[in-house]
Amino acid sequence: MSEAFSLVKKPLAGLSRGANSFLLFRQFAEPLPPPPSPSAAAAAVAADRSMSFSKMPLVEANQTPDASSLSLDSERTLYPYVTGTSVVAFKYRDGILMAADMGGSYGSTLRYKTVERIKPIGKHSLLGASGEISDFQEILRYLDELILYDNMWDDGNSLGPKEVHNYLTRVMYNRRNKFNPLWNSLVLGGVKNGQKYLGMVSMIGVNFEDNHVATGFGNHLARPILRDEWNEDLSFEDGVKLLEKCMRVLLYRDRSAVNKLQIAKITEEGATLFPPYSLKTFWGFEAYKNPTVGAEGSW
Amino acid sequence: MFRNQYDTDVTTWSPAGRLFQVEYAMEAVKQGSAAIGLRSRTHVVLACVNKANNELSSHQKKIFKVDDHIGVAIAGLTADGRVLSRYMRSECINHAFTYESPLPVGRLVVQLADKAQVCTQRSWKRPYGVGLLVAGLDESGAHLYYNCPSGNYFEYQAFAIGSRSQAAKTYLERRFEKFMDSSRDDLVKDALIAIRETLQGERLTSNICTVAVVGVGEPFHILDQNTVQQLIDAFEIVAEEEPPAAEAGDAADQETAAGEGAPAEEGAAPMDI
Repeated sequence: MSEAFSLVKKPLAGLSRGANSFLLFRQFAEPLPPPPSPSAAAAAVAADRSMSFSKMPLVEANQTPDASSLSLDSERTLYPYVTGTSVVAFKYRDGILMAADMGGSYGSTLRYKTVERIKPIGKHSLLGASGEISDFQEILRYLDELILYDNMWDDGNSLGPKEVHNYLTRVMYNRRNKFNPLWNSLVLGGVKNGQKYLGMVSMIGVNFEDNHVATGFGNHLARPILRDEWNEDLSFEDGVKLLEKCMRVLLYRDRSAVNKLQIAKITEEGATLFPPYSLKTFWGFEAYKNPTVGAEGSW
Repeated sequence: MFRNQYDTDVTTWSPAGRLFQVEYAMEAVKQGSAAIGLRSRTHVVLACVNKANNELSSHQKKIFKVDDHIGVAIAGLTADGRVLSRYMRSECINHAFTYESPLPVGRLVVQLADKAQVCTQRSWKRPYGVGLLVAGLDESGAHLYYNCPSGNYFEYQAFAIGSRSQAAKTYLERRFEKFMDSSRDDLVKDALIAIRETLQGERLTSNICTVAVVGVGEPFHILDQNTVQQLIDAFEIVAEEEPPAAEAGDAADQETAAGEGAPAEEGAAPMDI
């Protein structure tokens, strides 16, 4: 009420007393029913607006937006929508080998089957991502700009995999601090001046380097295999065999895996993304034939 | 050269196409005490003359460590030099934080030059009155740059700035071809001899000069006074055996000092190089 008074006073300064009281009377003549909105906050907001703009028709007053759309919840990532599953990578004799399947899941639906989840970055690095695909595309845009500015210096210096990895860590961590994460687990591998580098960054900014890394299910299914069978001096062929072994286990056991994988390697000479292909699988186990033999009526 | 009608502000051109305020700023560099730098493939040495105003006061600090792999020696308005060193340290540390890798000295020098250029194109600013010899390591080896108040920068094998630097330049010009393959100790020795050239006969001791080194496997650091004094003693013994060479050096100094009094004769504006 007092708010309405103060709003009314200033514009009426120049008018005569008679007019003053008439307009004041008009302000409070209209009834002000509270608009039918769910939350109390919304009601308060709506009431305020009606008070201040009482010359507004009542219909408009009832259509004030409610709190949850006024709030900032729609401006930050709450959950991922289209996601990629594991990425597996390790160092081998000449550089880094990385593999990821080409699936983009929409919840439990295996919706997209040609999603490239490994991309080369600059001259020296490869980036593989699992998690929200749109956030991965956003990260690729950031890195594109970063590499562009790096190239524009044109001075013989270039950002190597370690620098890109740290830049990504900063980006992921800062987004997490704003409660608006990029919902990805990133694998960054590369070779520069003969030095091999392989690191990971999670969506909350945890980062580390290792000889072999994997994201998501790969951590649980592939890394134990790598711990047993990885060694410093794998040849390219042996490396691919090891990757296929890991990816086959993931294909059998990860329900969001699709049978179409892409392998990429990076060496001192540069990055190569191989064309996608499928793994042979075997389902002819005795237990899978005549599954209802032991239990009548089941399927 | 002085009292031109086009020299009131930095954003006024002269009819001859010169910016006098920028040139005056470069004069300020020539008035500062000498600083020299030289480099080999793997090391860079900076040295400067550090005279205190009087016996009671301390020396002006003229060499600053910017990062483990970069250092700078200044000549001219040392206050401006301090501010620019702080800027350089800030840039280096921000780069190291984001990329966990040392900022390449070539990029730092360009950023510094761009910062200096801004001051030559704003009517409410003045150019920095300090010349910087930036010594640093890169992926491609050791580098020495000179940053001018005009916003220009050049890479050098060896260079000297400040008062009586011509004598040091003459000495360096005679020897620079050998610097690329010099050992670190020879580089330091050459730096000290070049400093001695600028002193015009005055005795070189470690309390009037400062020497700093950066190299592959050797982070930037300023050599302590005792080490410097030992190095001086080592070559002074050799120098005492050749007094005629020293006298010839002095005579050359006096000629070049007279030449430095009227730099307008140099013709093209220094920043036009």
